[in-house]
Amino acid sequence: MILINCPYCGERDQSEFSSGGEAHVARPENSDHLNDKDWGQYVFYRDNPKGIFYERWVHTHGCRKWFNAVRNTSTDEILKIYKLGENPPSKESFSNTLKTPSGEPKVGSGNFTVKK
Amino acid sequence: MWKNPEPKKTYDVIIVGGGGHGLGTAYYLAKEHGVKNIAVIEKGWIGSGNTGRNTTIIRSNYLWNESAFLYDHSVKLWENLSQELNYNMMFSQRGVMNLAHNEHDIKEMKRRISANRLNGLDTRWLETNEIKRLVPIMNTDNLRYPVLGAAFQPRGGVARHDAIAWGFAMRADEMGVDIIQNCEVQNIKTRNGKVEGVKTSKGFIKAKKVAVVASGHTSVLAKTAGVRLPLQSRPLQALVSEPIKPVINTVVMSNAVHAYVSQSDKGELVIGAGTDGYNSFTQRGGYDVIEETVRAIVELYPIFGKMKMLRQWGGIVDICPDASPIISKCEVKGLYFNCGWGTGGFKATPGSANVFAYTVAKDEPHKINAPFNLERFSDGRLIDEHGAAAVAH
Repeated sequence: MILINCPYCGERDQSEFSSGGEAHVARPENSDHLNDKDWGQYVFYRDNPKGIFYERWVHTHGCRKWFNAVRNTSTDEILKIYKLGENPPSKESFSNTLKTPSGEPKVGSGNFTVKK
Repeated sequence: MWKNPEPKKTYDVIIVGGGGHGLGTAYYLAKEHGVKNIAVIEKGWIGSGNTGRNTTIIRSNYLWNESAFLYDHSVKLWENLSQELNYNMMFSQRGVMNLAHNEHDIKEMKRRISANRLNGLDTRWLETNEIKRLVPIMNTDNLRYPVLGAAFQPRGGVARHDAIAWGFAMRADEMGVDIIQNCEVQNIKTRNGKVEGVKTSKGFIKAKKVAVVASGHTSVLAKTAGVRLPLQSRPLQALVSEPIKPVINTVVMSNAVHAYVSQSDKGELVIGAGTDGYNSFTQRGGYDVIEETVRAIVELYPIFGKMKMLRQWGGIVDICPDASPIISKCEVKGLYFNCGWGTGGFKATPGSANVFAYTVAKDEPHKINAPFNLERFSDGRLIDEHGAAAVAH
């Protein structure tokens, strides 16, 4: 079970939150002139990495505020939580957290970064 | 049952993923299209992914014409597959029931039944007393969301999950298909917009065509070829109970309270849960998802309240925005995808493999899978099956 450290309320169970999918997806500026392919990319296509994933969460059953998280989708380990408007941390800053080639820690898993 | 060859240097077709869909694709390529030099490359052992992790439910009661044709093509193949492969699929057409718990469910299901019947499917409406007669252990009235009726497809049912992988594997192997296990495809190599082969944990293998059938990991592989797919990967869980005497002789699904259950031939209850609410490749899934499902199961079937669950597991499913699969060519020549089956790929295994083999062999889609292309995510011809997919996601 994942614990998520809400930047406003503190650590709570994941079932209190809802995932908002990939973070930092900007609506295209020129939507009036966008062709179908690019519009489809914006509407339907999202990153789906095995590993470092920048995503949005909302504390649905709490403060109802949105925030961003960086999570390793191969372990569900939450590496960083930051508020909307803050700069996203660089991908390189998490490279040493991938402990095996496929990203899984050797023994067990769990989001120990949050617990620190 | 099948050989374990070392990979050759080059193949006409490499199929990435040794689940039912992949092995079936190899079988139909060899049998119906006379393709000789085929390899199926599997990172674990065959059938160890979602083929071995699903709840084996088979039905074709989908709303739209495109889906009804695709899924019923599959059910028709299932009906003769034990004979065709000379291997017992344990295909049991015990019927599949979708429960209605509120006014909206009733309206949606009756609409779907009408659509099904226009497409020649055998779905019909059951009143609560008929449900009670078929499944006497069900609590239909003394619960928060009472059972008000159901859509029933008698030709639906279950089959043995291993059998379809093993059956296709044996017959494909006999026709000279190389089934290469414990070999992970890490990269798809392309040059000038054309596929060159795959880099694997056993080295580079050249191929004229590469067909990716890797369920939850498809988008990871597609990215190595520079192809972006509209997929999101999530864990989907299932669980089985200790074995008991026969108590339920059909498959009962409920979309609204999210619980579905059938009883295996060994006597275990096979229970399916929903997907987790976030992307993950962990093959575990969250406890809250199971808790929700088990709560609904116990409310619907009070006699299950004291049973023990034996095992729980998760598989990674790739979900499309419209809950319909992608069986398609892409912008890279010689690269084909069969993915996006989301929460309901098992039922479609033979049909999907059959039309995908056609697509790979002829480099153009079969008329059944033509609508399941990638272009629908830009031209807007979506095949929205969230209602018929019947799993919360």
